[in-house]
Amino acid sequence: MTQTLAASSVLPSQQTGRVGALSAVIFLVLALVPFGAAFGPESYVLGLFTRVMVFAVAALALDFICGYGGLVSFGHAAFVGIGAYAVGILGAHGITETLVSLPAAMLTSAIFAYLTGTVCLRTKSVYFIMITLAFGQMAYFIAGSLALYGGDDGLTVRLRSTLLGFPILQNDRAFYYFVLFSLFVVYFVFRVIVYSRFGRVFRGARENPTRMATLGFDVFRFQRVGYVISGAVGGLSGFLLANATEFVSPAYMSWQRSGELIIMILLGGLGTLHGAIIGAAAYLLIEEALSGITEQWKLIFGPLLVLIVLFARGGLLGLADRIRGKLGRD
Amino acid sequence: MTDPVLQLNDLHKNFGGLVVTDGVTLDIGPGELHAVIGPNGAGKTTLINQISGLLAPTAGTISFNGIDVTGLPVDKRAKLGLARSFQITSVLPRFSALENVALAVQARGQTSYRFFGRADRERAVNDAAGAALAEVGLAERGQTLAAHLSHGEKRALELAIAVAMQPKLLLLDEPMAGTGREESARLVDVLKRLKGRFSMLLVEHDMTAVFALADRISVLTYGRILANGTPDAVRADPKVIAAYLGEEME
Repeated sequence: MTQTLAASSVLPSQQTGRVGALSAVIFLVLALVPFGAAFGPESYVLGLFTRVMVFAVAALALDFICGYGGLVSFGHAAFVGIGAYAVGILGAHGITETLVSLPAAMLTSAIFAYLTGTVCLRTKSVYFIMITLAFGQMAYFIAGSLALYGGDDGLTVRLRSTLLGFPILQNDRAFYYFVLFSLFVVYFVFRVIVYSRFGRVFRGARENPTRMATLGFDVFRFQRVGYVISGAVGGLSGFLLANATEFVSPAYMSWQRSGELIIMILLGGLGTLHGAIIGAAAYLLIEEALSGITEQWKLIFGPLLVLIVLFARGGLLGLADRIRGKLGRD
Repeated sequence: MTDPVLQLNDLHKNFGGLVVTDGVTLDIGPGELHAVIGPNGAGKTTLINQISGLLAPTAGTISFNGIDVTGLPVDKRAKLGLARSFQITSVLPRFSALENVALAVQARGQTSYRFFGRADRERAVNDAAGAALAEVGLAERGQTLAAHLSHGEKRALELAIAVAMQPKLLLLDEPMAGTGREESARLVDVLKRLKGRFSMLLVEHDMTAVFALADRISVLTYGRILANGTPDAVRADPKVIAAYLGEEME
């Protein structure tokens, strides 16, 4: 599975030009959404796209280890959930400052990633998938047993995080741009890491770990660093999610959520980074559109996903490439 | 007398009841090219895997430059200067040839825990990698994906990667495997040029190559060293002729 999944990614050196243009378009569109939204049901549109960007952050974290590291994590929702709980629990104790809860969310997720990664990364391929799933479910059940913080029902975040003591994130528009800024930083940082010395070793370990070891690289330690980075970004996504929904629940950590994240990166195009953003947007917008048509929207959504995975290898980006290729030949 | 680079001391390896390495004791001196020959299943690759660290011996010790490395993991041995090539080509298929070699240069240089700055634009690393590619005749193929190289070129790339590591000892596991006569001759030329720069342990079935290159030869059968000496001595050894070289020497 790891093999086929990784097969769709491209070397960074070959995609530099197109990537710049594509990511510029993505962020421009996202930056303009609030202006368009002003003409329609503003809070609905803002809320929907905020959600898209929050999940795009989580999908980016997953695309980094999955698409570039070849490590298919099936428990990535746990990091999102842990980040969300950091906000919820701190909030329950009256701490709402972003400068406290954001680092706390990322650090807690990073520690969880370090501990679980130390175990998971000893295994490979399908065993890695299963053991990350197991840790994810573990986090899910632990969250459900936190009786003090709502147990299975979750807990409400009464106040959105403040920034330097000011409640500016209360404003939906300000919060939207805060999430957009976070997404941009995450995208940019991952883009830089992928091209760096570390990124080269990380990508090499996906291609051929034995060869990397015989070159003198401690593959396990490199992969664990990548896993921790990815976990910390998952925590960031959780921080944003708790603030976006003003609610925290064990459901954020369920394996279905982890599965959705995998579908998002497959949908957008694995190992491309911007594919994670496109995939998150496509997934959530299709879901939104279909659920408006019928209550049984999953009946349509399921087959649609199967078709995309079957016929659009490389995700929506791959599909766009092929259509362009066909048009070019005619 | 100079100290040997590699010393195998009474090395044993069993897979369950199967004895694959049976008391191998072997020294390789600085700059020496030592060939290990033997029929299929004699335990040659298993021996290389134990030296490079992919397999742990059942008993015995391996010392490298006077350091006991028997318990060290693969990457630590590589850091000490132990390079290897694989019988079945083992490169990074979706990396360019240059990047494959650049990784080897990067591995022996400063830390790779650097998260910014484009690795593919590091001048010093690229130059060193380019030089290694040139040495094996792949100067023109640097930008080609390793997956798109011909079989012979991949074998040459394996050598370039090993050269770029600037090792003290290079373990070559059938570097000519699967190459045609012409390619094989080219690789022998490359190895001749590399000879003396570092020690090499060569496992190879191509006897022309072995006798053209080796300073010393060990003959391995059933995991045991049957004979050990200069090419001429080994060629004349009646035990070796009976066990292995027999028909090929006609």
